[in-house]
Amino acid sequence: MELARVVARVVATVKYETLQGVRLLVIQPETSAGEPCGEPIVAADALQAGPGDLVSWVAGREAALTLPNTFAPVDCAVVSIVDHAWGDRGRYL
Amino acid sequence: MILARVIGNVVSSVQHRAFEGRSIMVCVPVDTDGHTPLGSEFLAVDSVQAGPGDLILAAREGNAARQILGKDSDPFHSVIMGIVDEVYEPGRAAKAAE
Repeated sequence: MELARVVARVVATVKYETLQGVRLLVIQPETSAGEPCGEPIVAADALQAGPGDLVSWVAGREAALTLPNTFAPVDCAVVSIVDHAWGDRGRYL
Repeated sequence: MILARVIGNVVSSVQHRAFEGRSIMVCVPVDTDGHTPLGSEFLAVDSVQAGPGDLILAAREGNAARQILGKDSDPFHSVIMGIVDEVYEPGRAAKAAE
């Protein structure tokens, strides 16, 4: 699990059947100090997060477990919309 | 399982139902000295009442997390499962003295 900032929404009309109706977001992983770390990735979202939101996300098999149909080809998903985070450099957001 | 240091926490009001009532901590993997960071920070769900500043034992793998925290259908991926009192490493004192 890590923190990330939502930077964009992805619209894909043609996709695998178990991905129909699944919202997709581009997220940029961040540290608790608000610095980007690593490359942006596409994550599934079942929480109605939008661009600008700070979120936490999971990778791996667990990502699909956040969706209504848990047998979906998803390797990254948003699990919470973060109100604020505390790190070693104080409060963030 | 890895050694890590808790540096903060995360508060969310909109979250997957499995995370409701759980504490989410910001952690940094550290070396056996307990301080030198080894890689970028991650979030982990707490199961042992760890707090900022604690040296902890964490797993970043879903099966262990689900065993400790909940059901097979919960999307837990990393978990704090111990608070470390001491890491005994023969030779560490000698290395530090050099």
